[in-house]
Amino acid sequence: MENSTVDLSAIERVEAARTAHLTAGAKPAKVLARDVNVYYGDKHALKAVNVEIPDRGVMAFIGPSGCGKSTFLRCINRMNDTIASCRVTGKITIDDQDIYDRSLDVVQLRARVGMVFQKPNPFPKSIYENVAYGPRIHGLTANKAEMDDVVQSSLEKAALWNEVKDRLQDSGTGLSGGQQQRLCIARAIAVNPDIILMDEPCSALDPIATAKVETLIDELRSNFCIIIVTHSMQQAARVSQRTAFFHLGTLVEEDSTKTIFSNPKDQRTQDYITGRFG
Amino acid sequence: MTDATSTLPTQLPPARRRAIPPDVAAARVRRRYASERTFKALGIGALALTALFLVMLLTSIIVKSLPAFSEHRAVMSVLVDAAVVDPDGKRNADTLRSADYASLTRAAITTVIPGIEGRSARKALTGLLSSGAADDLRALVIADPSIIGTTIKTPMLFSDDVDLYLKGDTGRYTTAAGVAELTPSDVKGDITLTAADQSFAALIAELEREGISADAEAGAHVLDGRIPSRVVYVNGGAVKVVKATANTLTGPVLLPLSSVSPAKTGSWNLTTYAQPESRRRISDQEIVFIDKIKSAGAIERGFNWRFFTSGDSREPELAGIRGALIGTALTLFVTLILCLPIGVLAAIYLEEFAPKNWLTDIIEVNINNLAAVPSIVFGLLGLAVFLNYFNLPRSAPLVGGLVLALLVLPTIIISARAAIKAVPPSIREAAIGLGASQQQAVFHHVLPLAMPGIMTGTIIGMAHALGETAPLLMIGMVAFIVDVPTNISDAATVLPVQIYLWSDLPEAAFQQRTAAAIVVLLGFLFAMNGAAIWLRNKFERRW
Amino acid sequence: MTVVYFTALALLTLSAYVLASRRSVALSSTGVRLHSLPAYHGLLAISLVIVPMLLIWAVGTPLVSQFAASNALTNFPAETRNDALQAGSALREIKNLAAGQRSGDVSDTLRAAADTYSAWRTTGDYLLLSIGLAAALLGIAASLRLVSGPFRARNHFESVVRVILLACAGVAVLTTIGIVASVLTETIRFFFDPNIKGRPGVFDFLFGTEWNPQQAMRADQGDIKSAYGFVPLLTGTLLITAIAMCVAGPLGLLSAIYLAEYASPRMRRYAKPVLEILAGVPTVVLGFFAALTVAPYIRGWGEALGLDVASESALAAGLVMGMMIIPFISSLSDDVMNAVPQSLRDGAYALGATKSEAIKQVVLPAALPGIVSAFMLAMSRAIGETMIVVMAAGLAANLTLNPLDAVTTITVQIKTILVGDQEFDSAKTLAAFALGFVLFFITLILNIIALRIVRKYREQYD
Ligand SMILES: Nc1ncnc2c1ncn2[C@@H]1O[C@H](COP(=O)(O)OP(=O)(O)O)[C@@H](O)[C@H]1O
Ligand SMILES: [Mg+2]
Repeated sequence: MENSTVDLSAIERVEAARTAHLTAGAKPAKVLARDVNVYYGDKHALKAVNVEIPDRGVMAFIGPSGCGKSTFLRCINRMNDTIASCRVTGKITIDDQDIYDRSLDVVQLRARVGMVFQKPNPFPKSIYENVAYGPRIHGLTANKAEMDDVVQSSLEKAALWNEVKDRLQDSGTGLSGGQQQRLCIARAIAVNPDIILMDEPCSALDPIATAKVETLIDELRSNFCIIIVTHSMQQAARVSQRTAFFHLGTLVEEDSTKTIFSNPKDQRTQDYITGRFG
Repeated sequence: MTDATSTLPTQLPPARRRAIPPDVAAARVRRRYASERTFKALGIGALALTALFLVMLLTSIIVKSLPAFSEHRAVMSVLVDAAVVDPDGKRNADTLRSADYASLTRAAITTVIPGIEGRSARKALTGLLSSGAADDLRALVIADPSIIGTTIKTPMLFSDDVDLYLKGDTGRYTTAAGVAELTPSDVKGDITLTAADQSFAALIAELEREGISADAEAGAHVLDGRIPSRVVYVNGGAVKVVKATANTLTGPVLLPLSSVSPAKTGSWNLTTYAQPESRRRISDQEIVFIDKIKSAGAIERGFNWRFFTSGDSREPELAGIRGALIGTALTLFVTLILCLPIGVLAAIYLEEFAPKNWLTDIIEVNINNLAAVPSIVFGLLGLAVFLNYFNLPRSAPLVGGLVLALLVLPTIIISARAAIKAVPPSIREAAIGLGASQQQAVFHHVLPLAMPGIMTGTIIGMAHALGETAPLLMIGMVAFIVDVPTNISDAATVLPVQIYLWSDLPEAAFQQRTAAAIVVLLGFLFAMNGAAIWLRNKFERRW
Repeated sequence: MTVVYFTALALLTLSAYVLASRRSVALSSTGVRLHSLPAYHGLLAISLVIVPMLLIWAVGTPLVSQFAASNALTNFPAETRNDALQAGSALREIKNLAAGQRSGDVSDTLRAAADTYSAWRTTGDYLLLSIGLAAALLGIAASLRLVSGPFRARNHFESVVRVILLACAGVAVLTTIGIVASVLTETIRFFFDPNIKGRPGVFDFLFGTEWNPQQAMRADQGDIKSAYGFVPLLTGTLLITAIAMCVAGPLGLLSAIYLAEYASPRMRRYAKPVLEILAGVPTVVLGFFAALTVAPYIRGWGEALGLDVASESALAAGLVMGMMIIPFISSLSDDVMNAVPQSLRDGAYALGATKSEAIKQVVLPAALPGIVSAFMLAMSRAIGETMIVVMAAGLAANLTLNPLDAVTTITVQIKTILVGDQEFDSAKTLAAFALGFVLFFITLILNIIALRIVRKYREQYD
């Protein structure tokens, strides 16, 4: 009984931390990119990208490899800061807040913008520790019971709880590839971000694991703004509501997924989705 | 395509090859295979020779060290004379400590071989014992004062020369049974042994062969210290032969005879000690005494614990490595607490945080070159900077540890960097993607994963520091230090330096102890390297 | 006093952490959102205590001791104070007396000086302690004031950590600076300081053929002529190095070839430890082996052949030095041969080359730069090695190339001059530093060239 009250307070606390950002503005566009250019040293990798990404729902980035999808994705949580040669110009806002503003603490930004990587990269620690790490460094929980609760609810949301609830202390690296990737998703949502970035999250997985992750993404879209990079057009069509097509560092076209796949405006998009190149 | 075909001749001319007769070709192939075999044999030979070097090195040292691990003691009854130890009977600790225990041990050994007269003979007898015997007795009395006034049976350490003699270094001898009846002229002093004429012809002939001819003045062959010495054992005593004629042997009594009655043929013997007296560190007199004590069954041989429990000493039989071991431990402690954190933090900086600029370049180049600077140069640094500039204490483990820390720092930085580099970037990305700061990612995730590799590198670095000698010589850790150091600013020495110091001493016993100390040092080194390998195998993670 | 200081430091550190983190916890329980975890507020407070206190201690202690010493010396007459040697020994006595380590008769001057010294030390130490405490308390106060919701304690603490990390990396640079500064200044004094008696000119040093660093210790020994000609040391060093390379070059290279190209994994498993053990044997052990086993053996063998062999022949030292660098050469060469791409070997095999032909004609030429640099690194090792030559080579500075003669080396001379009693500021002592400079310079050049070659070579195949 007592447990459940604690549970409630934990969830409330986490939920409050989240809605604090949400209530800031009821704007339709969650992420707004204006004239974003990215350079790796002299290489101009991303050219004048403008896009609006709505709150809630799934946005897919497609395009041939090397066209700058990952680069743009990594701009949104400023992962590009870790690459010394990388330079970003232009403006990206999340909830009207410029994320390249000097006064913004990048660490807090990343707490709001979770990320799931191409290759599952669980920490070589226990499953529990993997999920608990984020809430711990952000001080989201006050005690062990709250932490247990956050871990459980995150694993449940990631559709992994039933598979791992009896072995939370086992190493995260001992799971199968698909489970590892869902663990990484659980780890990302444990921090309760607004946005989850996924960079080809299924490219290292077999079809069955891919299906599970896709189902998961579909379930999560009502609570999070998900941006997914994928090289599979079928996947984009299956999971996303909106799609952006990148080509040679430019954003060629962005529209509802249905439009992009049925009635693209640009010839390059047409060529790509019909398999002429890529 | 078509162009190319048209310019080609329709048919290629036959390849112009020198026709090689089959037997020549076969011989050629055989020659090539022979050279292949030679080459391979050279490789194996080189490896085998290297292995042989190592085996020779290790066996020569181990063989040399073996005698040092045991010691000989005389088991004797000692009267712990209250008049000497505690004249006022108050059991005062100072009195007990400062008493003349050497007189007690001297008295004890003279009771084993009674009846020795003459200063030099008595001195030879009491000199058989090490000065450490009295110290041991003192320790016994202080530990248990109730033994004062009683007679106790206790082992007493022999001096190193006696010990070496008993270990068979100098003791080669041959014995010839007496061939005639022999009559001593007295039981002590300089005496003459007379036998029937020509009884000693064989001895005389032997002496002639050794280059001794009859001395006209003495009318006899005179033996000296440059030829093997001869001792006649007769009537329970021993007589050293100094002059020999065909029927008499003359010389001093080394061990009193029981009587002057003629000894029958075969009941006495003439013993020849192959090594001339002048070429050994132990005299005929002493040999006779030792043999007497030995035949009394009062000699025991035991493990040389003292080697591990005592500090350095001028007396080889008392010298031990405890001081050097503690000094080594203190020095390495200082080294470890300095170079492990500094090395690891520097490696973290260079791998994870360093911007690409000239400063970073300088640091990197520096570390690589520092790793190859001769160790003695670090000694110069220690001398000029730590001793002369900062006035730190000479000979202290503090300075030794500082110098060694700088010496192994590059090794540790390089191995720590390798270990950090081996942690895949996906781990860092995962943490950073969750909102961990770069430092949190490094200290929470990367560093723990790199730790086994860092520890392996550290152990290897410490093993390197453990074997280092030259820089420590520069900062004065070569002093002769008897006391076991207790803190890092005491004067101390370390094991390799102790080895160096002992190796310079002339006594054979010190050579053996040097080898024994080397065995201990190598034991530590093998253990450390073994630990490093174990750690690497156990925790090595392939990503 | 040091103990008191560091106890205070520990206590203040602890309380700084507790106070600051408690305060931030209290703040967050009132509903204020904290930017940083309470632990970071605590850690920042700690760094605000430790850093100033350690700095004050590190700077203050030498100052205090210097100040106390110079005040204590005013008790002595001016000529004592102005003579560096006398002042130094007086200072030692003062310190011993002040530390209570001296018994027996003490002159009044000395006692007065020791009292002055103790008084100044005590005052200074208390002053330091109070400054340190004040700084620490200020630090704590500041950190408590700083605790607030938006205050980025983590970022500030991380900046502190970054500086610490940079400082650690800088230790390597400081070490090099220390080496160069200490060796170079003494070397310059050796050649140019007019107060040094018996110093040689640069030319005499570099090209002189006689080395005899004797110093007239007393006036009546004034006719002892010292000479600082470096040539015999150089030839001696090079002779021993050459012998070592003759042993280790072929053996190390052939072993490496065998291990890299022929040996089965099983063979490698057994052969590698042999080389690693050899590499781990301390040089003092090798020196003992050279002096007590190899040298007598060579001497006996030479006498049997009717040759005149010195008991400390260059040959014995060189042979054992060779043993020392075999593993060095073989492991470096093994690495470079492994870096030669398999495709090159395959090309040779496809033309019908035997294995040894492929190695000799393709692998070795391709790996040559790497092997050359391995040899250079090994040479620099041999030149800088001290213990083997100290124990097995002699002190006689003979200008000879006969391996059966005794020669001496740079390192042996440094060690001989600097071990035991040294007179500071004598030409003899400074000569050791000049030799150290030469040694540092030679090995540095060899290393830089070798590392250059290796880097070029790596780039070629990466
Ligand atoms: N760290 C980097 N340094 C230099 N160039 C990079 C880096 N990362 C990506 N690039 C370049 O930027 C372009 C876009 O890369 P990326 O965003 O990874 O493409 P993708 O659409 O396949 O994810 C590519 O041409 C790539 O070569
Ligand atoms: Mg990509």
